[in-house]
Amino acid sequence: MPHPTAEHEPFPAGWSHRHLLDLERLSPDEIRLLLDTAARFKEATDGCRKKLSVLAGRTIVNLFFENSTRTRTSFSLAARRLGADVVDFTASGSSLSKGESFIDTAKNLEAMGIDAVVVRHSTPGTPHLLAQHLDVGVINAGDGPHEHPTQGLLDIFSIRERRGDLAGATVGLVGDIAHSRTARSNLWGLVKLGAKVILCGPPTLVSHRWRELGVEVSHDLDAIVPRCDVLNLLRIQFERQNTRPFPSVREYAHLYAMTKDRLKRAKKDLLILAPGPINRGVEVTADVADCPQSLILDQVTNGLAVRMGVLWLTCGPRVATGETAARPAAGRIV
Amino acid sequence: MGTLLIRGGRVVDPSQGIDRVDDVLVRDGLVVAIGHADTQPIGKADETIDATGLIVTPGLIDMHVHLREPGREEDETIETGTRAALAGGFTSVACIPNTEPPIDTQSTVEFIHQKAARADTCNVFVVGCVSRNREGKELADIGQLVEAGAVAFSDDGAPVYDAELMRRAFEYCRMFDKPILAHEEVLELSRGGVMHEGLVSLVMGLTGMPAAAEEVMIGRDVALAEVTGGRLHVMHVSTAGGVALIRAAKARGAHVTAEACPHHFTLTDESLRGFDSNYKMSPPLRTAADVEGIIAGIVDGTLDCIATDHAPHSREKKMLELDRAPFGILGLETAVGLAVTRLVATGRIGWPRLVEAMSTLPARILGVNRGTLRPGAVADITLIDPNLSWQVDVKSFLSKSVNSPFDRWTLKGRAVATIVGGRVKYRLDS
Repeated sequence: MPHPTAEHEPFPAGWSHRHLLDLERLSPDEIRLLLDTAARFKEATDGCRKKLSVLAGRTIVNLFFENSTRTRTSFSLAARRLGADVVDFTASGSSLSKGESFIDTAKNLEAMGIDAVVVRHSTPGTPHLLAQHLDVGVINAGDGPHEHPTQGLLDIFSIRERRGDLAGATVGLVGDIAHSRTARSNLWGLVKLGAKVILCGPPTLVSHRWRELGVEVSHDLDAIVPRCDVLNLLRIQFERQNTRPFPSVREYAHLYAMTKDRLKRAKKDLLILAPGPINRGVEVTADVADCPQSLILDQVTNGLAVRMGVLWLTCGPRVATGETAARPAAGRIV
Repeated sequence: MGTLLIRGGRVVDPSQGIDRVDDVLVRDGLVVAIGHADTQPIGKADETIDATGLIVTPGLIDMHVHLREPGREEDETIETGTRAALAGGFTSVACIPNTEPPIDTQSTVEFIHQKAARADTCNVFVVGCVSRNREGKELADIGQLVEAGAVAFSDDGAPVYDAELMRRAFEYCRMFDKPILAHEEVLELSRGGVMHEGLVSLVMGLTGMPAAAEEVMIGRDVALAEVTGGRLHVMHVSTAGGVALIRAAKARGAHVTAEACPHHFTLTDESLRGFDSNYKMSPPLRTAADVEGIIAGIVDGTLDCIATDHAPHSREKKMLELDRAPFGILGLETAVGLAVTRLVATGRIGWPRLVEAMSTLPARILGVNRGTLRPGAVADITLIDPNLSWQVDVKSFLSKSVNSPFDRWTLKGRAVATIVGGRVKYRLDS
């Protein structure tokens, strides 16, 4: 087992996975380890400002098949803060537009001697497919509406930083649950850490089927606001919708925007999160977005901390357990 | 050609109500008699197969096979597809016309017949297009296709979307007594979908294809079949609700038949959890309740037959993101094993019902003179070892493609010999 060097000492080892694909399949302890590691890096970098060299010599590739500015920038900065080299690879202008399959593209990058791939793609499961075909670490930076594990972690990190333990906290995830990878990663992470989750939005965006997982579903924001300790206001993903799931943006905002009025009926210490980019006036009004209970800018800083932690755990010295990629569930006779 | 004696097997032929240990004698490609060889005035057979411990059935018929030729020979050809059929115990297949070009002219039908004759494997019955160029706009030249030998009509791969055209097709086909094989899907409801719409698709963030997309269209076509007196055959029924609609239609006396695919009575949408495109097909894998509904439909005969929807895709086509990978999986070489394992070995149906579903009824629905061991019938015969336990290995498949989700599965029951027109075309080496 490779022992961490002196410089590595302050940071936790003990991550047995090669990849970070989703939060659904992680244990509560694994999620806590990710959060704790992020906290250590936030502290060691003086609030994500100072640079370390614990990943010097490692190369991280941002393999983005879908547009992103802030997530890619956040991963790049996090990698550089740890001393790693970063290469950006975007789908447009690459061989993908010449018909190369994404697996071949990734295999080519791997052959150039990289250490991890941060992948974003519009199709759920693409990071999982890559993980089956590559020997390097794969970090999911968002796969369609499936999961966005680092976003889920940074949301939870931000809540934990303010209020400590999540057990018993009531967290409302409001908005476009149907198309939100952030909602799914939050849901798994929160439930595993003992929080109570309420999904809120119109039935066309919040399926009743979520109840089958034991999650509360509500279509009435006014009814749930007073009960919530945290509200996470999710963006309406206009770009992913085949058909408009509500009559008008105006009507949606009327029913589901977090406004000053609604804030008045909330608990005094309600925390408000919104994974960017926000549509001001749709999910949340400007005065609420900028109010003292808003963690929106904390989320951005904590994104760096979480991604430093994730990069460290997936690319740093490995705890030799021999574990490989999460294998797909095999077909089974029912 | 001489005589062939199949000795001591359990002969199961629902067309004659036969299920007993007996001998089958074949001469010059035709069945001569079923009866104790010693008491038959036939003399000595040129060739004898010891079928002790085996099931002897009229040759199996898969009425839903995509042979891909012409146009997509990288996935399958008439030769490789029919070889796979033989290995799976099938003596006949009906090939679906969503080829390139589609089978909508006499010359394409003749092309298929010639290629099949050259392959010299199993019988290939041709399904013609309902609409010209499979565009769903106007009827194909159905009468001329019938003359060329088409046994049924289908735009499978897609539904016949225009209800008025479907109505006319039912009416027109009546004069030839040919069925329309219908792919049932309301496209607006399934658009962008890659799997069944349910809790699993919700958690995975994948666009779902609701059961209603299939059931609404079954309802439409049942109504059109009833109003016209036409013959509807519902392909690849995948939902319990669809089975209920067909059961009710049959009870009213509508001319409706239906088929189930082995994957739909074996797998559920949970299989998609690993994001493997070998579990992506249309209609999609549904829930455990649907699987039970399909099995119940096979048990009570609502679903007349078992067909595979054999849909080969080359490896590079399936090795794509889940939403870009094509729908469909292989079926020919695993159908018997899955049917025996899932339906017979579990006691849900007996051998006579299985043979009925895989031979007697497909022959009757397609109106072809197969599916029986009556004296004088063409000697298409399948020998199945009901107890053989074997492991699926896609690398040993005779199909040109390997897109099966059942690789490495251990199945019970396998065809060990496939006889077409009195000639042994396939034997499993033991």
